[in-house]
Amino acid sequence: MKEQAETIDEILDRYPGEPRYLISLLQDIQAEHGYISREAMTLVCGHTGVPLSRAWAASTFYKSFSVEPRGEHTIKVCLGTACHLKGGTRLAEGLERELGVKSGCTTKDLRFSLDTVNCLGACALAPVVVLDEEYLPNTNSKKVKQSIKRLDAE
Amino acid sequence: MTQQSTAEKLDQSRLNSTQDLLSLTESIRGRRDEKRPVIIVCHGTGCLANGSPNVAEALRQAIKEAGIAAKVVPQIKTTGCHGFCSRGPLVIMQPAGIFYQRVQPDDAQEIIQATLVEGRPVERLLYEDTKTGERIIHDYEIPFYKHQQRIVLKNIGKIDPTDIYDTIGAGGYLALAKVLSRMSPADVVSAIETSGLRGRGGAGFPTGRKWASAVAASKKRPGPVYVVVNGDEGDPGAFMDRTVMEGDPHAVLEGLIIGAYAVGSNQGFMYVRAEYPLAIKHLNIAIEQARELGLLGKNILGSGFDFDVEIARGAGAFVCGESTALFTSIEGRAGEPRPKYIRSVEEGLWGRPTVLNNVETWANVPLIIERGADWYKNIGVPHSTGTKVFSLVGKIANVGLVEVPMGIPLNRLIEEIGGGTPGAGRFKAVQTGGPSGGCLPYELGDVPVDFDSLTKAGSMMGSGGMIVMDEHDCVVDVARYFLRFLEEESCGKCLPCRLGLKAMLEFLNRFARGEGSLEDLAELENLAKAVQDGSLCALGGSAPNPVLTTIRYFRDEYEAHIKEKRCPAGVCKDLISYIIDPEKCTGCGACARSCPQGCITGEKKKPHNLDPAQCIRCGMCLDSCKFSAVVVR
Repeated sequence: MKEQAETIDEILDRYPGEPRYLISLLQDIQAEHGYISREAMTLVCGHTGVPLSRAWAASTFYKSFSVEPRGEHTIKVCLGTACHLKGGTRLAEGLERELGVKSGCTTKDLRFSLDTVNCLGACALAPVVVLDEEYLPNTNSKKVKQSIKRLDAE
Repeated sequence: MTQQSTAEKLDQSRLNSTQDLLSLTESIRGRRDEKRPVIIVCHGTGCLANGSPNVAEALRQAIKEAGIAAKVVPQIKTTGCHGFCSRGPLVIMQPAGIFYQRVQPDDAQEIIQATLVEGRPVERLLYEDTKTGERIIHDYEIPFYKHQQRIVLKNIGKIDPTDIYDTIGAGGYLALAKVLSRMSPADVVSAIETSGLRGRGGAGFPTGRKWASAVAASKKRPGPVYVVVNGDEGDPGAFMDRTVMEGDPHAVLEGLIIGAYAVGSNQGFMYVRAEYPLAIKHLNIAIEQARELGLLGKNILGSGFDFDVEIARGAGAFVCGESTALFTSIEGRAGEPRPKYIRSVEEGLWGRPTVLNNVETWANVPLIIERGADWYKNIGVPHSTGTKVFSLVGKIANVGLVEVPMGIPLNRLIEEIGGGTPGAGRFKAVQTGGPSGGCLPYELGDVPVDFDSLTKAGSMMGSGGMIVMDEHDCVVDVARYFLRFLEEESCGKCLPCRLGLKAMLEFLNRFARGEGSLEDLAELENLAKAVQDGSLCALGGSAPNPVLTTIRYFRDEYEAHIKEKRCPAGVCKDLISYIIDPEKCTGCGACARSCPQGCITGEKKKPHNLDPAQCIRCGMCLDSCKFSAVVVR
């Protein structure tokens, strides 16, 4: 735990202690720790002078923040309009069945988090799924499953 | 997904006057060898995802292996998006302008050998006209490009966005030099007013008038004024702003600096959505490079004008595209809108006068300054001047980004530039303006695409997403899709939006299940109008548009769901069934293996059966069948 507090101190040092940097701080913590822990949030509040209630409100308002630990790998299914028309919703439902979790949730073994996103702006590739950083263009349930299996075996 | 800069390093100290900038422009242009081959490899998001960095690497390798004499070593340049995303990865050979599409790393050797060494194009990589089947060599002859008028996008796909010298060589910052050396702030405001430029973010408010209001407000209450770029492009199916920010970040920055000068601002912000990491990266590089050259910061080009800019990253909330919510987010809080009894141009960021314009609007500013308001005014139609960038997506042959003059008829945009819907059919409907816009039917194909005509038709310009649908798309499902999106993105502050959208969605869910009555349909229309009138911000106010326009133009399809319990497009799950066509089924067993319910059975090599009682209509069998034997009824 102590180790984590130190890196959070490093993140805090990047921004002046003003309320307007709350979101930037939460973003950096999210990026580096994968989620915003209670401890981290308390430290951010101490630094910026923002009440905990407001930090909580921001952390749960924005989609890119998570207040719970996330999976090792993130699967993002694009549900932009083009992807929706080309079967993105079906893909997401299939993955929910496959992983046994709802969209926005993480598997119990913390291996995978399943998310749906509203548009990646890669509409020519519809339907598109992003595994961590890798784009799977014009994909289908079968191909996504194979890619997940490959990731799981690594 | 990162882009390596292919910039050639130049040693340049700070520019201390507009004359210094002009000399730099001249020297960059003078140093260019017009005959030297340049191989452009598109590194827009679409091409990157299709592996364009590997193509660039393979080309580099192939050049090395071909041992082309050092004097004519081609330069490989990675650029922003060319717009023709469905054909990526794209490679363009300059100066000849040979356009190669769907290039794979394996093609690199042949490209270098044929095009550079032997001087002939590689036939099989050229674009094939979908109608005539003819191979087209040059990009400017391809119908997708031929009918466009690219002014905002003029540099994108030509310059390396991570290299400020490339931008300057292409004329970047000349408008800023003109402003600082020859124009007063009032001249700039009046030029923008004369040009007729209207906000590209959706509402179409006259930009010049907005700037003038900010100037007036700051005179009344002296203190800081802010200029802000709205790069929170949240509409699904829209990626114009991302392309501009990624492909020509200096255009946005230059526009912003000019705007700041005009309204007397010393601090600007760029609010960019978190989903666009490459845009954030390129803007950051651009800001840093501009600062180093003295185009940003203290005493810009020795004019005595100070201005600097900061990037604020969004954190994933659609409502933050709304002005007051965006300001709240920059201020470091949950991005909820507030009532606009006082306009945000008077009391915006931290309660101070603030000019907020969309990315594309800012990118238009340098063009207007450089080429004149009168030139600009003559593009487009009288009340919607200039061009507009659209993203064409959905059931359209040429998925991608296009720029056309305002007022172009809808069907010209879709048929001539977009290549129509794939297959024999015509398009059924087009959703313009994203979730806040409306759904226009084929019959309205001759409607001119400008702010006022689209509003009259019940839709809106919005930010420029155009989602094309064909007969396999159900309008009830599409309306439901947008409502679900908006209901989820509603910030929850005001009741009409928070609960009204939920109730509207409930109606649509019922219709999609074949339930509900015609009275419900009337009730839905009433509720939609109430949400339109009663919501606090534009997100709620425009949310019913997709529902209202689909009812207006496709009432019979709603009635088919309600009265006949039938989804004519074969989309709504509860109203369709999957069957296996015994004529086409080869008995390969792929569907049976993929079925999570185990409800497909049959002997190997014999037609299979699907038990409709157990089928959950998940569509896995449809995806897995290679013989189109799974059919939706």
